[in-house]
Amino acid sequence: MAVRKSPITTREYWAPGHAACAGCGCATALKLATKAFSEAMEEKYGDPNAFAIAQATGCMEVVSAVFPYTAWKAPWVHVAFENAAAAASGVEAAWKKLGRKGKILAIGGDGGTADIGMQALSGMLERRHNVVYLMYDNEAYMNTGIQRSSSTPYGAWTTTSPPGKYSIGEDKPKKWVALIAAAHQVPYVATASIGNPFDFVKKMKKAAKVDGPAFVQVHCTCPTGWKSPLEKGVEIARLAIETGVWPLFEIENGDFFNIKIQAPGGGAKVKREGGRVVAIEFKKPIEEYLKLQGRFKHLFKQPEAIDEMREQIKAMWKVLGVDVTLPKPEE
Amino acid sequence: MAESPFKADIERVQKEYSEKMTPGAIARIPGSSVINKTGSWRVFMPEFNRDKCVRCYLCYIYCPEPAIYLDEENYPVFDYDYCKGCGICANECPVDAIVMVRETK
Repeated sequence: MAVRKSPITTREYWAPGHAACAGCGCATALKLATKAFSEAMEEKYGDPNAFAIAQATGCMEVVSAVFPYTAWKAPWVHVAFENAAAAASGVEAAWKKLGRKGKILAIGGDGGTADIGMQALSGMLERRHNVVYLMYDNEAYMNTGIQRSSSTPYGAWTTTSPPGKYSIGEDKPKKWVALIAAAHQVPYVATASIGNPFDFVKKMKKAAKVDGPAFVQVHCTCPTGWKSPLEKGVEIARLAIETGVWPLFEIENGDFFNIKIQAPGGGAKVKREGGRVVAIEFKKPIEEYLKLQGRFKHLFKQPEAIDEMREQIKAMWKVLGVDVTLPKPEE
Repeated sequence: MAESPFKADIERVQKEYSEKMTPGAIARIPGSSVINKTGSWRVFMPEFNRDKCVRCYLCYIYCPEPAIYLDEENYPVFDYDYCKGCGICANECPVDAIVMVRETK
């Protein structure tokens, strides 16, 4: 039997021995992101190592760089919570001045991107620096003890949005940073998920190859903060795509009328008109995604909250120009 | 048996590491976290059945550590020095070539 080639490079930029929790989805995301980046750099400049990383404070910074050790095998700088994009802009400007070929990768969590680093991110995108910003979205401040961020989805339990008699947990809809980034009319904006790693790697490579800024928002599971079983991490991320909770899309040059939407799978029916996705009929109810996670456990006592969640998901898809139907679970 | 892609890093960090503080708190040895053998965190360990494996590479792609590397024939090799026993590989394996068994020490 002929041996199939590995679908991704065997070069490693993310070493084991880091302190991430067992089953951390974000660690998988960073491992794949750096591998994809090095493949793209090899194809574009002929040098797989032509990249540097600037990372904001966050889970993945804390676990990967426990002084005096580091899990990174690429040039890497840790900066404060808010300025990963600003530091990456500076590195990029210096590389340009030195005449070095390559691209800079900026990494931030959802807190470091959606809340604290929003201004630096906006500035970087607007100044058209040749940087890829990767936002790993685990939907709360996991590193400091699961506080809510503006990227926390509706209904989720966190320590600062506790559900109870007068609360259903987080009561505000999720902020989609990818759509804000796309409004800067940058060459490339995408959402991805570790539930579909091949799609993620493809998007990371595309982002690394464009000239100018790019933004990728990747959904990754956090078993500690989501109160989910360790081994189900990837399964949950995949269910998020299949139930419609997490859309996979690409926006180029801020063209909101030609958003490329990836088929979610999981039996969902996709209707296209002129090559554009206009409607998706999901077959799996969002309850399948919710029931695997302890952070949504309280919602099953408040079914109206799940219905409200469905409405919000529909509204979010509406922004992308897609009519969706979300099924209710069979009794 | 294939060699771990991190063998050189392990040797380097054992040889060069010193307790001395570096200016600017720079970690000078790339990939030096390999000195932390996180395999001791494990409760369940993945047991691999080579005969069932179809080499789909899914475990290799999903492993967050990465504690799985590929041998010469592109079969996965499990690095029990670092595997934290999360079980994602066993859960995602399409042919059940990986099963999680409770580890007895």
